[in-house]
Amino acid sequence: MSVDRSTVVRVAHLARIRVADEEVDKLQGELNSILGFVEQLAELDVSDVEPLTSIVPIAMKKRTDVVTDGGIPQKVTMNAPLAEDDFFVVPKVVE
Amino acid sequence: MFTAFRTAKPSQFLKGATGDWEIIIGLEVHAQVASNAKLFSGASTTFGNAPNHNVSLVDAAMPGMLPVINAECVAQAVRTGLGLEAEINLKSVFDRKNYFYPDLPQGYQISQYKNPIVGEGVIRLDMPDGEVVEVGVERLHLEQDAGKSIHDQSPTHTYVDLNRSGVALMEIVSKPDMRSADEAKAYVSKLRTILRYLGTCDGDMEKGNMRADVNVSVRRPGGELGTRCEIKNVNSIRFVGQAIDYEAHRQIGILEDGGSIDQETRLFDPGRGETRSMRSKEEAHDYRYFPDPDLLPLEFTRAYVDELKAHLPELPDAKKARFIADYGVTPYDAMVLTLERASADFFEAVAKGRDAKLAANWVINELFGRLNKEGHGIDASPVSADQLGGIVDLIVDGTISGKIAKDLFEIVWAEGGDPRVLVETRGLKQVTDTGAIEAAVDAVIAANPDKVEQIKVKPTMAGWFVGQVMKQTGGKANPQAVNEILKAKLGLD
Repeated sequence: MSVDRSTVVRVAHLARIRVADEEVDKLQGELNSILGFVEQLAELDVSDVEPLTSIVPIAMKKRTDVVTDGGIPQKVTMNAPLAEDDFFVVPKVVE
Repeated sequence: MFTAFRTAKPSQFLKGATGDWEIIIGLEVHAQVASNAKLFSGASTTFGNAPNHNVSLVDAAMPGMLPVINAECVAQAVRTGLGLEAEINLKSVFDRKNYFYPDLPQGYQISQYKNPIVGEGVIRLDMPDGEVVEVGVERLHLEQDAGKSIHDQSPTHTYVDLNRSGVALMEIVSKPDMRSADEAKAYVSKLRTILRYLGTCDGDMEKGNMRADVNVSVRRPGGELGTRCEIKNVNSIRFVGQAIDYEAHRQIGILEDGGSIDQETRLFDPGRGETRSMRSKEEAHDYRYFPDPDLLPLEFTRAYVDELKAHLPELPDAKKARFIADYGVTPYDAMVLTLERASADFFEAVAKGRDAKLAANWVINELFGRLNKEGHGIDASPVSADQLGGIVDLIVDGTISGKIAKDLFEIVWAEGGDPRVLVETRGLKQVTDTGAIEAAVDAVIAANPDKVEQIKVKPTMAGWFVGQVMKQTGGKANPQAVNEILKAKLGLD
């Protein structure tokens, strides 16, 4: 598996990362070398192996249905570049 | 891909300029799970709190925060699956659905993609003509809701409130089994009824606690499937119907003009009653799903499922069947009585030990009719089941006529009180004393000699005499006795 120029540009856009034209070739090379490395794993036959979800056999931890958090709007918005009346304020987005 | 087996009835076809068309509809309903806390955090789910008040650092996706699942949300999803007669998957997986939007601080929604918690089930729709339409449920999965973006506070900025962010949703996906706007409306309505019975979602569409994405395509009857469009976030049952009608006609218009349908996401505009394109094609979504590494698979035992099943309430279909069998009410009345669990309970309290058909009649026609008119739910009924039962008792034992009963109902509605006491104190008792009725009849005959002459050639005049006698007695005379005495006095058959 390898990626072409247009895939690099599309993935960058989906991740909202600005990539200049002259950087694309370099990133394409890096991504392909990572994919090539990962591809070695395909040489193993794992058709009889269950996907590993945890290295120790534990069940997922669950919480009870009790309100234990919240009421901290100032803390929540503290690091926002812009906030007003406890709202986050962002550049206008319109569908 | 699916195959749509069922072909609509010819009466459901839409007439185009070039022939008949059939609508194929599938629905994805997002139902907010009834829970105190969110799906993966301890923040509250309460509606209407101040901005960002119901937000933990997990919901705001601060670095290093980890999700811990709310066990009650899992139980609610399983209960819902059982209520939809669906297979429950003892192991399911949470995935990340990646997309970028300011009200989604994580940059992904935690959802279930390949392995949902609930598999295939069924919902039965009771159509007004008595037909029962079975609609398949494809799956139900748990996922997080997003926050709310407010666009009208400023010309240059969008305001974001994360109170909803992370609240648990059940996405319930139907099979493309519906063939008309009426069936789609019946589906949303029945699903809402089931969820409310189960107590797993309050079904409040005005608050956005239940909303539907509607998939619509058209085809020649029984022919090749057409390309579908998805209408997002329709938030009332009426709008579901309007959106489908508009969208089907739009698609037929394009196809009959020789055009083709673009698969796209559209929005319904209730003000204009039309749908419009929402996203352009180059923005087509690429969600890049992958298993969420922060969460282990969700696993539980068959015993856990059985335990939840043992505590399920009686569901609408079972209750309806029982009402028909035990109370002898019509299937339509049984359907109306079981739309809400509280209404069904109310009816049973009235019907217990009484004439059930008369009870059903009074609950549906008088009480529900009046409640609808006033915009009240059954919970806010000023007339209790005991009081309505008391009125029914008074009719059955002949103390009051059906007509007086309606007046009595109005008094109880407005002022409250024990119906039997009211009948005494207000003098509403039916007059069955023939002497009193005879006196009234004699008075009417004496006062109207001209009418007495007329009735000899026109027997249909009898109704006028009955009316006059009832007027004389303040409506309290037993109508049957009035009829008999009138006939005797006027020499009619």
